[in-house]
Amino acid sequence: MSRRKMFLKMVTASLLRRRSRMLIALLSIAIGATILSGLVTIYYDVPRQMGAQFRGYGANMILVPSGEEKMTLEKARECLSVIPEDQLLGATPYRYANVEMTSRQRTFVAAATDFEQVQATSPYFAVEGRWPEGDREVLVGKETAETIGVKLNNVIELSYKPEDTYVKNTLNMTVVGILETGGDEEAYIFTTLKAMDALTGVSGQLDVMEMSVSAASEELENYVAEISEKNSDMSARLVKRVTKSETTVLAKLQSLVFLVTAVVLLLTMICVSTTMMAVVSERRKEIGLRKALGASDQSIRAEFLGEGMFLGLLGGILGTALGFAFAQVVSVNVFGSSITFQPLLLPITVIVSMGIAALSCLLPIRRAIEIDPALVLKGE
Amino acid sequence: MSLLELKNISKIYGELKALDNVNIKVEKGEWVAIMGPSGSGKSTMMNIIGCMDKPSLGEVLLDGVDISKESSKKLTEIRRDKIGLIFQQFHMVNYLTAVENVMVSQYYHSMPDEEEALEALGRVGLRERAKHLPSQLSGGEQQRVCVARALINAPELILADEPTGNLDEDNENIVLDLFRQLHREGTTLIVVTHDPEVAEIINENFQE
Repeated sequence: MSRRKMFLKMVTASLLRRRSRMLIALLSIAIGATILSGLVTIYYDVPRQMGAQFRGYGANMILVPSGEEKMTLEKARECLSVIPEDQLLGATPYRYANVEMTSRQRTFVAAATDFEQVQATSPYFAVEGRWPEGDREVLVGKETAETIGVKLNNVIELSYKPEDTYVKNTLNMTVVGILETGGDEEAYIFTTLKAMDALTGVSGQLDVMEMSVSAASEELENYVAEISEKNSDMSARLVKRVTKSETTVLAKLQSLVFLVTAVVLLLTMICVSTTMMAVVSERRKEIGLRKALGASDQSIRAEFLGEGMFLGLLGGILGTALGFAFAQVVSVNVFGSSITFQPLLLPITVIVSMGIAALSCLLPIRRAIEIDPALVLKGE
Repeated sequence: MSLLELKNISKIYGELKALDNVNIKVEKGEWVAIMGPSGSGKSTMMNIIGCMDKPSLGEVLLDGVDISKESSKKLTEIRRDKIGLIFQQFHMVNYLTAVENVMVSQYYHSMPDEEEALEALGRVGLRERAKHLPSQLSGGEQQRVCVARALINAPELILADEPTGNLDEDNENIVLDLFRQLHREGTTLIVVTHDPEVAEIINENFQE
């Protein structure tokens, strides 16, 4: 039998045949590893989860022409090609114009858009009635509706006079929904892009494109830089209100996770260290005997480190599994979605657990090395 | 040249002299008893001979080399290479089987060899008990495992501290028979005892 085999035999026999004390140490490490693996899983998954949550608060990036010229839908789409499809949750084009409501002799801001995209980028838009489905249907902001006394299914006449003509373009539109957003949008009348083209007599022009991108703030900034670099006539910007609060919340949450993990690992270390101290105390005679048989300090150190790290290995594997289950429960209950297992988590948790166990053994090992065989082995 | 020679050895703890100017020579192949009542310094002398302690004064010559000033690391190496220890309380690793306990001694000395360890257990009549844990062995059997463990690395000197102190008469005779056999084979034995009957069996003794 090789020395290594004998070493492993001694280490495993010590743990397997002296279960009760070692179970406490194993349990401590497993609990520490569970919290570590669970919180690390959440730590890495939170940006995705929170990102998805934040996407509910509206667009986080806008695209506008940098010069006087308006942009086209084609040009906007070309700019958006730098963002991977799976990250681009929605891209809503907007074109604004001042239109006149003939019956009320008043001017309002009309916003033309793609209603399907609006629902993706601004899921918080609440519509009483329904979303427009045709080019002769409009949404009226709640504030405007109250001001002019417009109700659902009313027909309103909108007109627009292009600058270079004396003739007004007029369209009769049916109000199919009243929009409530809690913001400036409540003062607008929303039409389709085609209806706006018909009103203004100019087609294919856009003022702004609002995007909802599922990415961390750093990545968002990279996209902004890339779009602006590739298209000198376009300017991409982040909606600071959204991205900043997202970053702040994430940073706070991640700090909290880090702090809790650190505290739990420290407690684990104290618990394992205390248990190993008790183990050394219990095994004074055995340690003395090993020294009397010729064990060097290095051998004693290696054996206790071996035991500690073996416990770390078992506790790490157990903790990874339990931690993932813990993270899954948290994710389902808090964010309402499940998480995928990160394979890298197993080696990380095991290595950290083994490291913590090894650190916890340092003081007990020092005590073990100080044992004087002559004192502990003397006859009664 | 003597295998072991203590020259003017004293061990002093503050005011107390545990050993006072002791001289002893043990030749190769001798079987020596160290006798004396409790508190007479037997254990102190055993610890010094067994390289687990150092004298305050005097020289300890092992194979002609003075080891009295060696570091504890060096003493551990000397003990591992040259001395086989047997204790009154047996002292086995309680979670290892009999054969594994013998192999522990090989592990620290050189290379564990299960076959050789089983042979050593065979010499003390315990080959069939090799896979038993200490808790499954009687006191006599445990002490015989310890004899096998002390023999396994073929030490120059076997040092036994009250080896029969915790044994009944039958097991005492078995252990003393084993010592007799070892003595016949030329092994040097030093036995610390307070039992005159044990001392009588030993053909040459030393009175402190």
